[in-house]
Amino acid sequence: MPKWFMPLAAINALMFAASPFLIANADYEATMGLVQKIFYYHLPSAWIFLISAIVCGIASARYLFRGSPRHDRLAYAAAELTVLFGAIVLVTGPLWARKAWGVWWQWDVRLTASLMGWMVAWAYLLVRRYGGPGSDKLAAGLALFGMANVPFVYVSVNYWRTIHPPTTVVPTLPVDMGAALWFAVACFLLLFFLLLRLRVHLEEQRARLDSLYLSLDE
Amino acid sequence: MILRKDLTVEVRSLEIAYTTLFFAVSCVLFFAFALVKEGKAPEDGAAGILWIAIAFSGTLALGRTFERERQSETLRALLMAPAARPAIYVGKLLSIIALLVAAEVVLVPLVAFLFQVPLLAHPFWLAAVLVTGTIGFAAVGTLFSAMLVRARSRDVLLPVLLYPITVPVIIAGVRATAELLEPDVELALVRFWVALLVALDVVFVTLALWTFEPLMTD
Repeated sequence: MPKWFMPLAAINALMFAASPFLIANADYEATMGLVQKIFYYHLPSAWIFLISAIVCGIASARYLFRGSPRHDRLAYAAAELTVLFGAIVLVTGPLWARKAWGVWWQWDVRLTASLMGWMVAWAYLLVRRYGGPGSDKLAAGLALFGMANVPFVYVSVNYWRTIHPPTTVVPTLPVDMGAALWFAVACFLLLFFLLLRLRVHLEEQRARLDSLYLSLDE
Repeated sequence: MILRKDLTVEVRSLEIAYTTLFFAVSCVLFFAFALVKEGKAPEDGAAGILWIAIAFSGTLALGRTFERERQSETLRALLMAPAARPAIYVGKLLSIIALLVAAEVVLVPLVAFLFQVPLLAHPFWLAAVLVTGTIGFAAVGTLFSAMLVRARSRDVLLPVLLYPITVPVIIAGVRATAELLEPDVELALVRFWVALLVALDVVFVTLALWTFEPLMTD
């Protein structure tokens, strides 16, 4: 691991420890009260979920067309993180929705598209795990379709009249709410970066181990 | 050329057409037994069941057509032939679409009869919905089943890959068909869903053509 990894991880842990205080100090939202605080974790993880799907898609495209295993490892790591952050989004979302809309789940365009993106990431991992030889390219093709879904999730709320708040809400937030939100975004972004680095490192070690075994056999 | 070859083989043996059709019909019959009570089906049930039958039998047909290529090693011969890879894909895609459209010709009157719904009230729009939906489903299906030819456990992996990605196609198809079954049809809504289906078709076919080449090369 690079030298900067552990200090950054410690900083990230401190940031996560500090974020509840910032969130608690932010104003209560008028209509929803305490439940609205979920937002500070829901939105950052949703962004990371989309970013990680894009990283996975781009890395897969480069792997498909250039064939470098480095990009394949990056895509694999990003797909796992897509599943992880997607799970956070899909747990915090319904918790909030139950209070705000009265239902856990609604077949709204954005919700459906997010669920679909999450399932594509799961399918990616399943193919990698159980597909046998050649499945890495197959999974890479799948990741491209997963990436095509991302802009759809993002713009869906602005084009369809849906129940989910649109993307234009973010810049209009009051200052203390905005500060807490952007702090949480920074937390999650750093966490994503660290986890991605860690996961890629693990895959690199695995690849090196495999090549060592191979050279031992010869 | 591949279209003609596939159709010739198919017309001679009718193996896939018969098995797919029989499967789709029994699928619809099962749902009719389960859901139709005293001559009344649940609201919007017919549209959903029509599309479930199409998706299931489509999966079966996709698996079979490529299984046939694998058994006689003709896919390798096709790939070695001096034809462009996209042409192979398009040929396969057209033959799958032809097969599914033929199945739909039987399924639609059957569903209309068993669920007592006016499916044939707007034949032009229904045909538009069915054809665009089938193209979207088959575009992704052909790509993945072609790639899965070499993979282990391909029978399980095809639905795992195919269903998450084709969810929007199925949703749009079901909503448009359900709208056509309403007593007073809002054609603007149907037109919206068909436009969405066309957009999805364009995205899926483009992505598939783009990825078919690197994915099918070893």
